[in-house]
Amino acid sequence: MQQKNVLEYIERTVNEVPEKIAYESFEGDGCRMTFREVYNTARSIGTYLADNGFYAQPVIIFMKKTPRAIATFFGTVYGGCAYVPIDEEMPRMRIDLIIGSMKPELIICEGETLEMAKEFDYDGKIALYEDISTTPVNDDKLLAIRSRQIDTDPIYIVYTSGSTGVPKGIAACHRSVIDYIEHLSDVLGFDCDTRFGNQSPFYFDACLKELYPTIKFGAYTAIVPKQLFMFPLKLVEFLNEQKVNTVCWVVSALTMISALGALKKEVPQLKLVAFGSEVFPIKQFNRWREALPEARFINLYGPTEATGMSCYYEVNRVFEEGDVIPIGRPFDNTDILLLDEDAPVQNGEVGEICIRGTAITLGYYNDPVRTAEVFVQNPLNTHYPELIYRTGDLARYNEYGELVFVSRKDYQIKHMGHRIELGEIEANVSTIDGIYLSCAVYNKQKDRIVLYYTGTIEEGNLKDILTEKIPRYMLPAVFTRLEDMPLTPNGKVDRKRLLEQAT
Amino acid sequence: MDEIIAILKELHPDVDYETNKSLVDNRIIDSFDIISIVAEIDDRLDVQIPAEEIIPENFNSAEALAALVKRLEDED
Repeated sequence: MQQKNVLEYIERTVNEVPEKIAYESFEGDGCRMTFREVYNTARSIGTYLADNGFYAQPVIIFMKKTPRAIATFFGTVYGGCAYVPIDEEMPRMRIDLIIGSMKPELIICEGETLEMAKEFDYDGKIALYEDISTTPVNDDKLLAIRSRQIDTDPIYIVYTSGSTGVPKGIAACHRSVIDYIEHLSDVLGFDCDTRFGNQSPFYFDACLKELYPTIKFGAYTAIVPKQLFMFPLKLVEFLNEQKVNTVCWVVSALTMISALGALKKEVPQLKLVAFGSEVFPIKQFNRWREALPEARFINLYGPTEATGMSCYYEVNRVFEEGDVIPIGRPFDNTDILLLDEDAPVQNGEVGEICIRGTAITLGYYNDPVRTAEVFVQNPLNTHYPELIYRTGDLARYNEYGELVFVSRKDYQIKHMGHRIELGEIEANVSTIDGIYLSCAVYNKQKDRIVLYYTGTIEEGNLKDILTEKIPRYMLPAVFTRLEDMPLTPNGKVDRKRLLEQAT
Repeated sequence: MDEIIAILKELHPDVDYETNKSLVDNRIIDSFDIISIVAEIDDRLDVQIPAEEIIPENFNSAEALAALVKRLEDED
């Protein structure tokens, strides 16, 4: 019978390799969990939710990045709920915005994060992992939940940048995650010997690439300590100590290693390097290929709204400086339309990437207006309802018939692998006392965000206040106060002129 | 030393680099900063910090960073 629930992955694997280590983290005292431990803990947490009447609703998971958090995610799914990972490094204001728009009734945290959780602008229940993770499993209740679950029920909600300053919660269901994991695993060739090194935070869908194939194949994931991404040689040594053979990372994590010269000292023993979310500078990419001539290199592309990644390109020719690595072709069972407004573009012309298929997520949680803007009827189909997702990304086909990313339609940028709406930075700046006008621009060459503003507040002060409001990766690298903001003839801030002078 | 502090000040203007000795341990600087620091030291002081020297001990304070740069200059 066809798989309809992501939990079937762990239920198959726990019978095959119950005592094998599934996930391991290394910060603090370290933590490792076998498939049996993950399975048992998840079922305990599912039972806790059932015992306490939490069902078919989002549950915020506010825990450290450890195997315990992953077991809690699956536990939430056992309880018929959707997990919403948030992180202690997220600014308070962003967390409060998420809580405010989601209105959750339960937050699961752990001893180490409890004090912070109590500070949230939230008056619902807070449960402690330490208390609920050993709840005696009630098979009847879990079975009752399972028998009612359908594959279009949501399993997680993750938040991304929104241009109005309010983050958008993207809800995905069993069906789209299974579809993604099956096709991703096919192309990337994961199996039970795959040893992942996880880089992505758990509050992004990028971590699906490690979390789910691990339980599908009985593979292994080492959760790489965040601090190692500052110290390239130590990072490579760590990968080799843990016998990591597969990484699916943002480009900036890979270029950090190559640009700082670590590949010349020690070579990571990787069979597969998957990367994405940003353009890979060819000089750095070629350093990786020279260091690992036998490894497979695969470029991935996809918006969170279409569950993980939608397109792939396996590098099979030489790239020289100035070339762009294509995003290739869609995964099986996903279709890409290149549209100019509502019409398909001619071959070779630039069009907006629109995605069709099971991988499309359910939309933005509690946000029908913004959902309706981008999850729209396929304009090429006038016969029956069919949603596509309009990405806002522009692409074209090259002479090999491969898709190539061109740019964004709007003010969204990719910086250090993160999707950022410059408008969200401006919306947050404008809430600060002493600001008249502001404009955030992105200097692509130097890969940094520059903020221009007028007002009475000092640059250093502004940076301090903004740090409390937006995540670190969104924080501008340069703050410049202007006497007057340049304006266009229409009276709008002259972005183009600011971009020209941005350093 | 002044140039090192100038580079660091551009990243985090509010930190007192004379006294703060745990820039890494207290997560004041992060991976974004390390890349900038290495690039700026290369640009402005023409000193290339090799991968094996990019370790927490060398980045925990302005003093440690200045000592590293001096040592690398002397080795040249």
